[in-house]
Amino acid sequence: MKTSKPDSATAAKSDVVIDTHNISRVYNPDTIPVYAIRNVHLHIKRGEFTALVGPSGSGKTTLLNLIGGLDKPDQGRILINGTEITALSAGELIEFRLYNIGFVFQSFNLIPVLTAGENAEFIMLLQGKSKKERDARMKQLFREIDMEDKMDRRPGELSGGQQQRVAVARALASKPQFILADEPTANLDSKSASNLLDIMDKMNREENITFIFSTHDQRVIERARRVITLVDGEVASDTNVIDTSAPH
Amino acid sequence: MWLIGLAWKNLWRNKTRTAITMSAVFFAVLLSVFAGSLKSGIFGNMIKNVVSFYTGYIQIHKKGYWNEQVLDNGMICDSALEHRLLQIPNVTGLAPRLETFGLIATNKSTKGCLVAGVDPEKENEVTSLKKKLIRGQYLNFNDTEALLSEGLAERIKARTGDTIYIIGQGYHGATAAGRYRVKGIVKFGSPELNNQTMFLSLPAASELFSAEGIATSLVVSLRNPDLLDETVRALEQKLGSETEVMSWEAIMPDVKQHIETDSNNMKYVQGILYMLVSFGIFGTFLMMMVERKNELAMLIAIGMKKSKLCLLMVIESVFTVLGGCIMGILVSIPLVWYFNQKPLRLGGEIAKVYEKFGFEAIFPTSLSPDNFVFQGITVLAIGLLLSLYPVYKVINTDPATSLKR
Repeated sequence: MKTSKPDSATAAKSDVVIDTHNISRVYNPDTIPVYAIRNVHLHIKRGEFTALVGPSGSGKTTLLNLIGGLDKPDQGRILINGTEITALSAGELIEFRLYNIGFVFQSFNLIPVLTAGENAEFIMLLQGKSKKERDARMKQLFREIDMEDKMDRRPGELSGGQQQRVAVARALASKPQFILADEPTANLDSKSASNLLDIMDKMNREENITFIFSTHDQRVIERARRVITLVDGEVASDTNVIDTSAPH
Repeated sequence: MWLIGLAWKNLWRNKTRTAITMSAVFFAVLLSVFAGSLKSGIFGNMIKNVVSFYTGYIQIHKKGYWNEQVLDNGMICDSALEHRLLQIPNVTGLAPRLETFGLIATNKSTKGCLVAGVDPEKENEVTSLKKKLIRGQYLNFNDTEALLSEGLAERIKARTGDTIYIIGQGYHGATAAGRYRVKGIVKFGSPELNNQTMFLSLPAASELFSAEGIATSLVVSLRNPDLLDETVRALEQKLGSETEVMSWEAIMPDVKQHIETDSNNMKYVQGILYMLVSFGIFGTFLMMMVERKNELAMLIAIGMKKSKLCLLMVIESVFTVLGGCIMGILVSIPLVWYFNQKPLRLGGEIAKVYEKFGFEAIFPTSLSPDNFVFQGITVLAIGLLLSLYPVYKVINTDPATSLKR
């Protein structure tokens, strides 16, 4: 693997999915202001496999929340696929997330009373997709995560790694613009983490799905093709990793 | 539809929590139905006791009699009138009375008393007079003997078989005087009645007061006492403006007031019960919202509209509260029925005090379906009102904050 600075010219290209302009998030602005994120400019293109790294408290989760429309910046603009989400109302944001953003959480956050299949299908129910469409997509997704035989299992009957794979399937079910994953391997053993990364890597390469992770995990960082390092809410470095193993 | 399915599944994810909430509602309904039916039963029984003292549920008089209770204000009472009134569906019986005041004497004492001429059988149907007999024998229709109330008998020192003398004023100023043998002694719970009442058969009283075919009041017995006001109105319509129709509530406003006061006190007790129930249900909702904070935030994060999530919470609450209500009502039916058939019964000194005032010392429950419906709906409403708390929490959920670990 080789590393290089990202080409700033590429940011202007039309396939930019995430575009943040000088965003800041301040906590306690009236007392002792704490900058969780300070003046962050980012351009993430379709198909990138990006890791947000940095020490605890550096602002990784806050940045993910801002990009995911779960939180709003105190300053700056965020555009997702050309839509300025910072201008959307809370209700519009929920709708926007449903169709454009997939989430994978550190603690899986599957609905315990639903089966693995139903968990992944849930998001399509929210979208109002037909049963036929849902069934076809489920079959495809569970084949991709290699869990076709476990669709009827409840989360409590699955290992941590399997649960996280179901979470990935759920995130992908809505065919989002990109997937945000907050420390996806933090609760997994190394074998499960490796399996999960294989699946996400394959989806990224074969289906051009954009992934953005926040992580401390060196295994994830090694797999990422772009690594953005945050320190005290600011981008300390932004490095493209030239992946020699990528197919040409 | 899938939302209902999800809500149903969510109920069973934490069986203990669901069971606790359902139990809180179940016991609330059970207790409030039982307390409500006991309250209705006690007051119903109290009213039954009071009307069977003497007044009956309804009395019919000639207009003006109640304000000036003299024989001259009596009305003509014949079988045609009785037949007409018995056409009213809720009227089951009529007992004519000829009442006035006179002096009663033995060879030892003379006292003022209420003389009531009654049709013994009809009177017994309305006020269960025969049951109040403690010595001697009950009257027959053509008897020329008298029944004395226990207190009056003591005051004039008369016993069964003794001769008593009556003197008073008859119809239209005629002099009334008569001599009768004491056939029996009756005991009233009301000290007022017990100390001054004497009964004659109606023909004997008519003869004594020269008031043939005259009655001062017609006491009405009812099939369903709950239809009291409707029956009063029906009687008024049938009788016209020359008569006055009075319910027991109008005749004894103090008793009505007493029952209303007691009823209000019971409402406070039920209010406290509802409050305890509310805290019980609220506690489980509170627990649920803490447990599911992360899950709700996740659902909002992945794109579930808050309105849908609120609906999910409400459906879950409806399932829980409705389930508890239905179980509570189903179990309360046999319980209320049992205590209707085998009423709670006071014993010892308290029972004696009750009986002294003419009340039976028993507390039956009422089987009125209104009570089940009202209590069920009240607890259901409380439960649904409290389910606004999860809705409030969902509305105020900030996914970014709630997902923080």
